Amino acid sequence: MRKEFRDSINTALHNANLTGALGRFSEAYRISREKAYEGIDFEAVRTQIAERKGYAASHLDELAERFTEKAEARGAKVFRTNDPAQVRDYILNLAQANDVKTVVKSKSMASEEIHLNPFLEKAGIEVRETDLGEWIIQLAGQTPSHMVMPAIHMTKEEVADVFSDKVEAGQAPDIPRLVKFARGKLRTKFLRAEMGITGANIAVAETGSLVIITNEGNARLVTTLPKIHVAIVGIEKLMSDFSDVVPVLTALPRSATAQLLTSYVSIITGQVPNTDGSPKELHIILMDNRRTEMSQDPKFKQALQCIRCASCLNVCPVFRLVGGHVFGKIYTGGIGTILTAWFDALKASDEIQSLCIQCGNCTQMCPAKIDIPGLILELRRRLAVEKGQPLAQKAIFSIVNNRRLFHSMLRTASLAQKPLKKDGFIRHLPFFLSDMTEFRSLPAIAEVPFRDKFKKTEQKPQKQKIAFYSGCLIDFAYPEMGESLVKILNKAGIEVIFPEGQTCCGAPARFSGAYEVAAQNAKDNINALLEQEVDYVVSACPTCTVALKHDFISTFESLGETDSLPRAYQLADKVIDFSTLVKKLVDEGRLTFKEGRQLGKVTYHDSCHLKRTLNVSQQPRELLTKAGYEISEMFEADMCCGMGGSYSLKLPEISAPILERKLHNIKETGAPLVVMDCPGCVMQIRGGMDKDGTAIKVEHTVQRLADELE
Amino acid sequence: MPALFDTFKQRAEAVSAEVHRFPHKAAALDFIVQYLQSAGVANSPQSYAVWADCPFLRGVNKDHVIAGVPGLTFTVTREVAAGAKVGISQLDWAMASTGSLVQDSAPVERRLVSTLPNIHIAIIETNRLLPDMPAIFTKIRPEQTNYISFITGPSRTADIERVLTIGVHGPEKLIIIFVDDMAGVN
Repeated sequence: MRKEFRDSINTALHNANLTGALGRFSEAYRISREKAYEGIDFEAVRTQIAERKGYAASHLDELAERFTEKAEARGAKVFRTNDPAQVRDYILNLAQANDVKTVVKSKSMASEEIHLNPFLEKAGIEVRETDLGEWIIQLAGQTPSHMVMPAIHMTKEEVADVFSDKVEAGQAPDIPRLVKFARGKLRTKFLRAEMGITGANIAVAETGSLVIITNEGNARLVTTLPKIHVAIVGIEKLMSDFSDVVPVLTALPRSATAQLLTSYVSIITGQVPNTDGSPKELHIILMDNRRTEMSQDPKFKQALQCIRCASCLNVCPVFRLVGGHVFGKIYTGGIGTILTAWFDALKASDEIQSLCIQCGNCTQMCPAKIDIPGLILELRRRLAVEKGQPLAQKAIFSIVNNRRLFHSMLRTASLAQKPLKKDGFIRHLPFFLSDMTEFRSLPAIAEVPFRDKFKKTEQKPQKQKIAFYSGCLIDFAYPEMGESLVKILNKAGIEVIFPEGQTCCGAPARFSGAYEVAAQNAKDNINALLEQEVDYVVSACPTCTVALKHDFISTFESLGETDSLPRAYQLADKVIDFSTLVKKLVDEGRLTFKEGRQLGKVTYHDSCHLKRTLNVSQQPRELLTKAGYEISEMFEADMCCGMGGSYSLKLPEISAPILERKLHNIKETGAPLVVMDCPGCVMQIRGGMDKDGTAIKVEHTVQRLADELE
Repeated sequence: MPALFDTFKQRAEAVSAEVHRFPHKAAALDFIVQYLQSAGVANSPQSYAVWADCPFLRGVNKDHVIAGVPGLTFTVTREVAAGAKVGISQLDWAMASTGSLVQDSAPVERRLVSTLPNIHIAIIETNRLLPDMPAIFTKIRPEQTNYISFITGPSRTADIERVLTIGVHGPEKLIIIFVDDMAGVN
């Protein structure tokens, strides 16, 4: 990671205006968005959008041809090109041929993608953004920090200063007056401009129509007052049928700004009369800029389904801390990372892809059902292939891939850490490692790992056998979690077996793009876990569970190792997470809770992979309630704690403030105990509470339940 | 219809539009004339009112109306619209689920009176109220209409500090007038 990138992160993190505005907005956003979707079947709408946009992405050529034919039949001129330079030249030539001196623009990401404004301005043409946010950042000489709210990083004082400096002195930081001022100043530009440039939210092939959505009303003026209208349309905006507009218009305003509908929607089909009665020149530029190439990539094709609502930015725990400028100049946030990799260059996404903590919030909210974290992982993989892994990382993974060496190193570390350890925590690490313990204490490596403790555990032989996959954290940091699990399953008359050959689940390698390492981990684990006939393979770590159940398969698929797939599926069928298994055993009457226990208040933290990949959130809550706890829900219970596996080591400066928010939300409930299903979250949150000096207990569900069952 | 109208009114008011309903044209016309008078419409720049030709005006004695409201004109030009305080037009459909109005806006005067003035008075026949977007999409025809507008409340922005501010480039006030009987008395 370059120092410049780290610096840009730190600048953003220390910009109180930015983090304050974004933080407040993203907290309010989820609530107002939900309200806007009341009475709407979000799953149905987004399935429809994904299907219709997916269809379009597979038929770009055909739709572009149909669109061209229909729009030209109505008097439009359609120009299609792959080359951004040709787009710029086309517009400049058109402007010069018509003696255009002033251009007014409504918001167009496509025009920003090709850096149109500076190009036209260099040729002596005045270009005015008219969307208020875009105008502000144009005057300030900045770039948008958010796709829908370009100037969200600025305060009213800063806006007043920009207006005073660049337009007219003496503007006060009063928002209604600043808006009125902008209206007045831009009105004269609208009336004077000879050319209007817009983007389009949808281009309908069936009818040759452009659909343009705004709130301020600027697009209506841009498409009404100047005599020439140029629309720059990325070809992924094409949709087949006019009826396809309905689901997009249903989702876009709700997801973007939590509105039922924006103030204005304009559907323009061909030429319209100018104010003097003459027919308006309409030029539609269908811009490719690698979109066709993207549509031919089996993984990335789905990114063309994006409707640019920016909800992936709004719900991202990282974006709300760092804002858009860290991501680059145009497309920001999760989807922006993916678009930048294509519309700019794969290399351009090298650093920004590392910002993704893989919590999966965005995918759940995406109205086009795009697997954003999955695609970012794929970028990571391709980058690792292209430039190779960093040497240190390679060395670490070569150890992880040798189970005996890896495990013996962990044992050695357990001895070496002795001077640093106190009550089970490591609170300070020396030298360059200190970042890791600055904001949270780390658990000490257990003196006796679970695998050794297990050997000494006595169990009655039982008919039903379940294999336990511990994962590294439970094995080497929290063996007591494993012991509790054995105790619980024994109570249900189940014998637990611990296949010795199990090793790291490969998630760290996979999340770093080192798929070959992950594949080797997968094979070792499949061999170990399928060795003996068992009913289930249970894990008390959601990240491991996801690895065993889903990621082994997708890693093999990505690498084209189809021979390994049947056994990966065989294992996946047996894998179950701890809470789901125990809930099942309780429902079947094989486990019963002690009667009449009143255990007081508890709050539950949803771990990312459990909630969003495994869809498990009610089971642990039900179990805790049945045990006798009273659940007091925290705000944003399913928001990431900032752990993200090795993320918290790579980007501690981001991990720390995410954790801080989580700790705050836990404390607000007043519960003396917070419970979760993931040892990684326990490590992060327990370490945070320890550093913080807060006496709130942090525990895994498995430990909370062990003593409450008969 | 009553339930549909109530939904429309509630949704439109939630986005800061004003909603009125009149049994017939004469009552609506009275209201509009009184509104224009009280809004300070006058025969001077920035105070004009512009009224785009529409079915509502059929059978209305325009000279009589102008006599009561100096500064009102039925001849819509870019220049007059740019200097108008109030613009009046008739819309084609209303959509209850979002409190929106829908119009064939190809004739430019319809766009001028609803974009440039500070206040837009939008007339709509009550029986043109439909429940939702799918219903609207069975009525609108881009094959025949070159510019279709959806209007939902007045123009708005939240681009500075996320503070909602009404009235940016379009009208800062949207007054919606439902008329039950458009034939009405005259």
